[in-house]
Amino acid sequence: MSVATRRPATLNALIIAFLVIWIIAAAFPFAWTVWGSFKVEADFFSRQSWWMAIEGTRTQAQTGASFTLAGYEGAWVQNEFWRAAINTLIVTVSVTCISLTIGTLGGYALARSGYRYAFWILIAALIFRAMPHITLVSGYMLPFFQLNIWGVLPTTIIVLVAINQPFTLWMLHSFFLSIPKDLDESALVDGCTRFQAFRMVIIPVMWPGVITTGLFSFLLAYNDFAVTSMLLSQENQTMVPKIASFLGSIQNEGNVMFAVAAVVSATVPLFLLVLFFQRQIVSGLTAGAVKG
Amino acid sequence: MPHRIFFMFIFPSILAMVLFISLPIVSVVVQSLFVQHEAVLITVENCTPFGCESQTRVDTEAMERLREEQPLGRFAGFANYVNRNHLAIDEIGAILADNQGFGDVLSRVFNLPLYKALSFTLVYCFLVTPLAMALGFAIALAVNTLPGLLKGPTIFVSILPMIITPLIGSLILAWMFNPSGILGASLQSLTGDPTLSLRASPTLTWIVLLLYGIWTNGPFSFVVFYAGLQTVPQDTVESARIDGASRWEVIRHVVIPHLAPLATFVALVQLMDNFRVFEPIVGFSAEANATSLSWLVFNDLVGQDSQLFGSAAATSVVTIVGVLILLAPVLRRTWREFNRKAV
Repeated sequence: MSVATRRPATLNALIIAFLVIWIIAAAFPFAWTVWGSFKVEADFFSRQSWWMAIEGTRTQAQTGASFTLAGYEGAWVQNEFWRAAINTLIVTVSVTCISLTIGTLGGYALARSGYRYAFWILIAALIFRAMPHITLVSGYMLPFFQLNIWGVLPTTIIVLVAINQPFTLWMLHSFFLSIPKDLDESALVDGCTRFQAFRMVIIPVMWPGVITTGLFSFLLAYNDFAVTSMLLSQENQTMVPKIASFLGSIQNEGNVMFAVAAVVSATVPLFLLVLFFQRQIVSGLTAGAVKG
Repeated sequence: MPHRIFFMFIFPSILAMVLFISLPIVSVVVQSLFVQHEAVLITVENCTPFGCESQTRVDTEAMERLREEQPLGRFAGFANYVNRNHLAIDEIGAILADNQGFGDVLSRVFNLPLYKALSFTLVYCFLVTPLAMALGFAIALAVNTLPGLLKGPTIFVSILPMIITPLIGSLILAWMFNPSGILGASLQSLTGDPTLSLRASPTLTWIVLLLYGIWTNGPFSFVVFYAGLQTVPQDTVESARIDGASRWEVIRHVVIPHLAPLATFVALVQLMDNFRVFEPIVGFSAEANATSLSWLVFNDLVGQDSQLFGSAAATSVVTIVGVLILLAPVLRRTWREFNRKAV
């Protein structure tokens, strides 16, 4: 760095101070909740002092150790949170796979069609992307009741795939635009059909874009509350609506720690996702931004 | 690409979107014109040795039959839209006819469910979006000055609030702001007001919800702006510095103009997302002090034995109109650009 651009010490100090405050704001709520999930309610929601949550005074008095797994046991064993976890696994994996399959085909077509209607489909997708999910849900409820398909996992999966499509199409469309046209067109010249060109030329080179898009499809399905809470029956609930229903039923019994433990459990996969796919997530957001 | 092949490729995608996005919008519009059946009442005589008394109660069987025959409910025209829970035309008329000044009008109008929700939704949308973008921009500038080794972990921590499930993120913060949680208790002792809590104070509820919004939306702007910063032309920056521009002037006149297109994109996405603010209301149990349009729909649908489909649908239509108004400038611009390109 040249002398002209070296920062004065005060500016550096300010920058560091700002970043430290931000990092605390971003990370501390998670750290605090993870820590607190191993305590009893009287410590985590201490009326006397938050220091008790750190030392675990009541936890020690009630369980004999500074840490307790009571919250986790209550959530996973007593309230069968594992069922919700399995449902979440089914829903997220299916949604990701299906939306990527049909989204890749659609995005590829949009990127290679020079016609006006491709543009209009993208604009329609943009409008659809802006629709609040709960308004769509209020459109589903009555027809689904009538057709008797309310409450089961497949319905929710298809709905989430559809809600996911606008975003998936946009993202894969801009990704396929970045793959040179010559690549598949030379395959066409060599006598391939479109499908063959797609299968043999495009599929081998599309994985970076597909993985990035897949991460966001996964996140959408995993993070959804509006659709899953309204369209799934009690026994088919995924993790997020399950946590919400914990709150309603447990708070009175003084077992809010079950919900805290469930929340921490549901955060772990997201944490791992960011840990392993940070680069893809960042590049995905950026790609959407630069092209969008 | 020939039309036929194009449609073969895109057909599954289009089918999914038509079935589960377009048709539901139609369904919502239709549903909004109906109201649920009135309860069918029957009077039964209960005779005991001490005499007879007549009792009025809901005839569940007749209700079932009615629901079977007309699942949509009774046709009501625009009744759903104008009633007290939605546009409240009569109530507004009454307030305008008889009030004690402008402040009184505002406070009474914003007590009506839809306007209450609308006010919070718009405030959230238009405060959180710019503030979160400002925060994201500041973080991006700061992270950009870090040595390479520290960048990765900082970015990792910074994107956590964005990636977290909205309901979970708001629950985590709500527990901390609980009167016996760490932040809620600290606030009480700082202000010396032992009754201060989210439930008791609408102002605090709004502030905390807005803070949550900035916390969870900031990282998105950060990531996009950070990527944008990597493409700022260094020659321009250096020559500006040599010409005597201060750091601030470089940011103001070189960096910000360079990032402006990205900022438009971020603002668009964030406005769309913030307009549907919903989970924080549930997570913070803030419904007494702050509601949103999406929450109103949810609240109508969640009623266990009597779901108010008509009412939910009317609110949905109002929300969709809101989204379209929000998108109108963008759509108009895209339309113009497209036409220019086509010519």
